[in-house]
Amino acid sequence: MAEQLLEVRNLKVSFRTEDGVVRAVDGVSFTVSEGETLGIVGESGSGKSVTMMSVMRLIIDPNATFEGEVIYKGRDLMSLNQAELRQVRGSEIAMIFQDPMTSLNPVYRVGWQISEQIRAHERVSKQAARARAIELLQAVGIPHPAERVDDFPHQFSGGMRQRVMIAMALSCSPSLLIADEPTTALDVTIQAQILELIRKLKDEFGSAVVLITHDMGVVADVADRVAVMYAGRIVEMGSKHDVFYDAEHPYTWGLLGSIARIDRPKPRRLTTIRGLPPSLINLPPGCAFGPRCPQRFEMCDQVPELAPRAAFDHTDACHLDPTIKRNRRDRTIHPELVEGTNEQSA
Amino acid sequence: MSSRPDETFNPPSEVLLRVEHLKKYFPIKRGIVFQREVGRVHAVDDVSIELRTGETLGLVGESGCGKSTLGRCIIRLLELTGGTVMFDGKDISRLSRRALRPMRGDVQMVFQDPYASLNPRKRVGTIIADPLRIHGDSNRRQIRERVRELLELVGLSPEHVNRYPHEFSGGQRQRIGVARALALHPKLIIADEPVSALDVSIRAQVINLLDDLQDELGLTYIFIAHDLGVVRHVSDRIAVMYLGKIVEISPAEALYKRPVHPYTEALLSAVPIPDPVITAQREQIVLEGDVPSPIAPPSGCRFHPRCKYATEICSQVEPPLIDHSGTDQASAGHLAACHHPLNVGR
Repeated sequence: MAEQLLEVRNLKVSFRTEDGVVRAVDGVSFTVSEGETLGIVGESGSGKSVTMMSVMRLIIDPNATFEGEVIYKGRDLMSLNQAELRQVRGSEIAMIFQDPMTSLNPVYRVGWQISEQIRAHERVSKQAARARAIELLQAVGIPHPAERVDDFPHQFSGGMRQRVMIAMALSCSPSLLIADEPTTALDVTIQAQILELIRKLKDEFGSAVVLITHDMGVVADVADRVAVMYAGRIVEMGSKHDVFYDAEHPYTWGLLGSIARIDRPKPRRLTTIRGLPPSLINLPPGCAFGPRCPQRFEMCDQVPELAPRAAFDHTDACHLDPTIKRNRRDRTIHPELVEGTNEQSA
Repeated sequence: MSSRPDETFNPPSEVLLRVEHLKKYFPIKRGIVFQREVGRVHAVDDVSIELRTGETLGLVGESGCGKSTLGRCIIRLLELTGGTVMFDGKDISRLSRRALRPMRGDVQMVFQDPYASLNPRKRVGTIIADPLRIHGDSNRRQIRERVRELLELVGLSPEHVNRYPHEFSGGQRQRIGVARALALHPKLIIADEPVSALDVSIRAQVINLLDDLQDELGLTYIFIAHDLGVVRHVSDRIAVMYLGKIVEISPAEALYKRPVHPYTEALLSAVPIPDPVITAQREQIVLEGDVPSPIAPPSGCRFHPRCKYATEICSQVEPPLIDHSGTDQASAGHLAACHHPLNVGR
């Protein structure tokens, strides 16, 4: 097994607001090993972005409080000062954001923005940095990089801007790349290009990747391991195969069931998760998914621990007995495929 | 107008909407005082479609392909550059605003962004009642009744009439948008990406709602979306657009089973499937590059620069939409515009 690169231990992030304390991240623990791709899936507000932004220490908000440890290569990132952080950011951990339109500076040339990062971390001449920028643009598949290097961001399309962001992130060969919804703003055909690129570069540069997304399809494509988040907590985590074929948490079932898939016969109706995600100010007592869960029973009034229940490296936070779940799962994910289904809700 | 009896719905075979050779070019102007036209964006270029009562037509394509512009032209939010729109047997493409007014209630629109499409200063009751007040002849009590009825219809509590849009979640706001669109008993609803701003679990709820309303009220939909999974789920027929043209139009299932146009094939193969094994096995066609500029679309077939099957003829002669229907009833009316059609037995 590859060496452990990042370990997040019991991370809690909360924001004080006028209406109360928002518990955006509520005790999240996970690890990322060298060279692996971890997919973090969840709906908006589930805390997936805040988790990774906190790992990068990018949340600068006087109303935010952080707890827990973020161990990167043996160092706790939470205790570093700004100067030390600058050494880590960019050269060790790099990040790609969702919106390639707003994450590039519109008034600087693309090549300048890439070489700025190189020059911030390495003692190289302007010319050498520029040459590296051209190489990187080539590597991420920008045609005629030597000419495009002096273009402004607005002269690039959305997909190409995301490529520039990736080039920038890779400029110092980081060990960990955090991609926060890198393809959400893009068309499917461009999304396929970008995912292909991330996969290719991962092999080439050997970086580990944390991919944040709401799209189970994207995760199925590029991730090795998957963490499913709901209301600030991880509710299920395991290998891609475990989570897709042996899902243990009813929320994961709901996510898998509510996708209109093009490779299956069309169901008469889509499976839905009833209700709305809870407010992070007043989390329901016990399991946060409880009020929406069709499988709810007495034990759900207590907060379930994230623990291995089905297999050693497959953890979930659901009280329900795994053997009982086996029977109910397929009915929830694709009721139309299971014969003789009768609607059942607890 | 609000008292239109429900029995007047046409039998399912009747053509409700006929769009012929619709063109929409946006001029590009230069100059401060004397504005010269220096170019034209060919947003929609010679599109013809027919829609029958009770049917759902899905419009898919990448951003910039003209699908939204087409929708807006049909509803006359944009003036046409050429072509005709026949609605309910009447040519509405040249009607003045005043003459158009009585028709407005028949064609309604649901917009993409539930955050931007509801006035934040108005209460929900007012938002839904506005169309009734403008177009209807009902008194205040009747309007209040109808608003309550509409809220219930879309699955919201009638007690919510006095709330403001910000008090609702994205999914609930989209329901308000749907309620507003339904206020005047429309025959045709144009839904422009109604679920793409919503989370997956909420998306399924809204899709099921639209489905139910269609059954209940006998509505006809034009469903504009880029998510091919969602489109397949709701549509009876699907039109695929590329750079302002329809490249393929077909019964929904036939399009997924047997795509004829190479662009459709590539689009389908780019859709991520939430299943690791299937994803790993299937062959993805990754399209090179971006969609060309609609200011100067490529000659001949507009897809030829990105098409792996392209030959010389593709860059010279524009392929017409021709019938590639299969032998069975389910695939009748399958048209595609390609010189080298796929999946056709010849």
